[in-house]
Amino acid sequence: MQTAASPRVRPRLGTDDWILRGTMLAVAALLFVGILLPLYALLSKSFQGPDGGFVGLANYANYFSNPALVYSIQNSVTVTTVATVITLVLAFFYAYGLTRTCIPCKSLFKGIALVPILMPSLLPAISLVYFFGNQGIAKELLFGNSIYGPIGIVMGEAYYVFPHVMTILLIAMSMSDARLYEAATSLGASRTRIFFTVTLPGIRYGLVSAFFVAFTLIITDFGVPKVIGGQYNVLATDVYKQVVGRHDFEMGAVVSMVLLVPAVIAFFADRIVQRRQTAALTARSVPYQPQPSRGRDLFYLIYCSLIGAMILAVLAMAAYASLVRLWPYNLSFTTYHYQFDLRDGGGWAAYRNSIEMASWTALIGTVIIFVGAYLVEKAKGFREGRAVLQFLAMVPMAVPGLVLGLAYVFFFNSPANPLNFLYHTMTILVICTVTHFYTVAHLTGVTALKQMDPEFEAVSASLKVPVYKTFWRVTVPVCVPAILDVSMYLFVNAMTTVSAVVFLYSPDTALASVAVLNMDDAGEIASAAAMGMMIVVTSAGVRLLHAILTRGIARRTQAWRKR
Amino acid sequence: MKAEWLPRTARRLGALVTVSALALVVAGNAATARTELLVYTAVEADELAKFKSAIEKAVPDVTVKWVRDSTGIVTSKLLAEKDNPQADMVWGLAATSLVLLANQNYFAGYAPKGLDKLDKRFYDAKNNPPLWVGQRAYGSAICFNTVEAAKKNLPMPKTWADLVNPAYKGHMVMPNPNSSGTGFLMVSAWMQMMGEQPTWAYLDKLHDNMSRYTHSGSAPCRLAASGETPIGLSLAYRAVKSKLDGAPIEFVFPPEGLGWEVEAFSIVRTSKKQELAKKVADWSITREAMDLYAPGYEAVAMPGVPNPIKELDGVQARFINNDFIWAADNRIRILNEWQKRYDGKSDPKR
Repeated sequence: MQTAASPRVRPRLGTDDWILRGTMLAVAALLFVGILLPLYALLSKSFQGPDGGFVGLANYANYFSNPALVYSIQNSVTVTTVATVITLVLAFFYAYGLTRTCIPCKSLFKGIALVPILMPSLLPAISLVYFFGNQGIAKELLFGNSIYGPIGIVMGEAYYVFPHVMTILLIAMSMSDARLYEAATSLGASRTRIFFTVTLPGIRYGLVSAFFVAFTLIITDFGVPKVIGGQYNVLATDVYKQVVGRHDFEMGAVVSMVLLVPAVIAFFADRIVQRRQTAALTARSVPYQPQPSRGRDLFYLIYCSLIGAMILAVLAMAAYASLVRLWPYNLSFTTYHYQFDLRDGGGWAAYRNSIEMASWTALIGTVIIFVGAYLVEKAKGFREGRAVLQFLAMVPMAVPGLVLGLAYVFFFNSPANPLNFLYHTMTILVICTVTHFYTVAHLTGVTALKQMDPEFEAVSASLKVPVYKTFWRVTVPVCVPAILDVSMYLFVNAMTTVSAVVFLYSPDTALASVAVLNMDDAGEIASAAAMGMMIVVTSAGVRLLHAILTRGIARRTQAWRKR
Repeated sequence: MKAEWLPRTARRLGALVTVSALALVVAGNAATARTELLVYTAVEADELAKFKSAIEKAVPDVTVKWVRDSTGIVTSKLLAEKDNPQADMVWGLAATSLVLLANQNYFAGYAPKGLDKLDKRFYDAKNNPPLWVGQRAYGSAICFNTVEAAKKNLPMPKTWADLVNPAYKGHMVMPNPNSSGTGFLMVSAWMQMMGEQPTWAYLDKLHDNMSRYTHSGSAPCRLAASGETPIGLSLAYRAVKSKLDGAPIEFVFPPEGLGWEVEAFSIVRTSKKQELAKKVADWSITREAMDLYAPGYEAVAMPGVPNPIKELDGVQARFINNDFIWAADNRIRILNEWQKRYDGKSDPKR
């Protein structure tokens, strides 16, 4: 222990420290170029006229004097709030069924709930058209209302964010202390009372977190409103329309800045809530074990089956749509719509590009992100550097994909930028995608590293083992499951993302997800569904591979976890 | 704890793969040196292969490298790159877009061999040599789904004026001019035929019947073909293909006049491959090229080339006397007004 009076001793920096600092600087520089500089370019573009001169707030004044554009803000907030609340309610009972009841096939239900993650958000929207469009098989259920508009957006978004919300609630609900329930029961509390005084408060942070995650995902999503939004304008489609339809880049930048506001608010609100959360589980906690109860279990079995069936039905409809010759007039089956080379969007090359892009993203992204997480979590000293890196790693979470993509256009396509040569390449797509999904992957890495005793580093250092050896021989093997999780997360998201890359792809680097968008746009809906199915099949295959790998490698590297 | 979780060779291999992977990503994007012409186009994907092989056969020292996307995206891309143009040539893009780009000093003028054989309305007559030269033209059309219309008892519209019939309320779709060149084409044509104020009055009534405005120009006819809407205002081209697949669709070409758009090409001023681009330009207005352009389009730039699709033959006579310069100059003003009036669910009478 140091007393205040004793002189501070500055330890001399060893080789290890220099290696760590150098690497930290490199990762921080990558993030700086990958996120902060492009955002600055976007911000300054919103203050420029078409000729590049500074015009102050003129673009903003234009924006706020246009009723159609301002109306989009209200529309966005309305549909997002409605869709978020509906998803929270649906996912709440689903997660409740999986954690607090004794229904059979829990892991099957869990797997089904994750299906929407495998598809670009355009695909459920396309599928909904086949269900509820004017020629839809179930359009009567809408009682004459049109699917094109807020109803369609809410349904599509609820589908799209369901897995994210369900997973957060599932984790929150599985961390409950059975002693509280015992106490409540022995005090004679009724079931309803227990629900409101024990269950709900126990998961309140999970609920709040799920709310903000869903809100951000929905308000920044572009796929669903693009396909099914009809006349109902939202901020995300406005950005696209300004840039692609009107070639008005300055106004596109302004709408992007507006879209950034709710995303940033949600981000900070979530951070504040997370900080207040204290460990709900202590070493003395007893995990809650649900007891069988026929009525309740039957109810939840029916409920979960119903939701699960709906999730699968949307997928099945997309598959069916991709195989029918001409809905609804010619229902013969054909693989005609899979002949992507005859259509817009880049053909089969787009699919191959997507696989290539996703593989690079998974490979390079995992290396950079895991090393970054290691530096934040395990490097000794240099606290300022770690804090800066941690901050940079959190920024991408608050930046919607469309905004990031547009920012990249302004930043990388400027002839004055020495990095200009990256524009229109596969590399820029990989950089953009790694940056876009950085935060969640970073947090996964940090969580895994937190579980490791810091003494590994201390012991290695005292044995004069260089830090990179410890990293490669101890840290990496111990964290293999987390590393695999990160790479699968990056791969699947790179396959399905549309928003950021839609402004960045070139004809050589057309992507499958963008092809879905462009084919739907041109009215080739069946082909759009077909390409969407290719993405689903690929993502599902990678998930399966991940499961097999995790099991195999875990046996070799994680044996120490067992006694 | 010594984790021998991988054999030594595998570990070395892993490091090697990581390093070379990084190197590959950087190196793999360096341009390959060939006499390759980078051509930006909005021509439909299924036609590109046929044009590429024809061009490369006629001009042996060229390799055509297409950059294909929808009209809006290609135009945006070109504008975004205006300080640092990447393309050597723009080929098969809407003339309205080319005029917009020509105003930014994007193109080099060139009069291809045989220009005098083309219809004068099809190329840039304001400049000599012309900054853009047309290849073919498409006009607006009404696509009418007979099966869905019969179910709803809707009469077939014969004219543009028929479309304000209140019976059509909620049964019509057209492209949003703010995101689609085809949508703007119609609005601009109506304005040139009727005058601006009467057109806004007409559009107010049309708006009451419209169920929605699409982002894409060809989508309305596609939606009519798939029965999503009985009436779609758009282009015949896409729907011709649907009709061949068995969609119950009829085309109406209103006699008041059709807005039309030329698909044209230009040579990018800053390109270092001017001679090569000129050779491609020469081929692009030959009779051979015109025969390749014809299917699905209402007209080609060279008069007298027959149209292989019966329904489209002769439609060309209904094209209005389109003033592309007026359209380009007034575009943003009209689009802003349109957006204020009809975009969004806000009160349509505003």
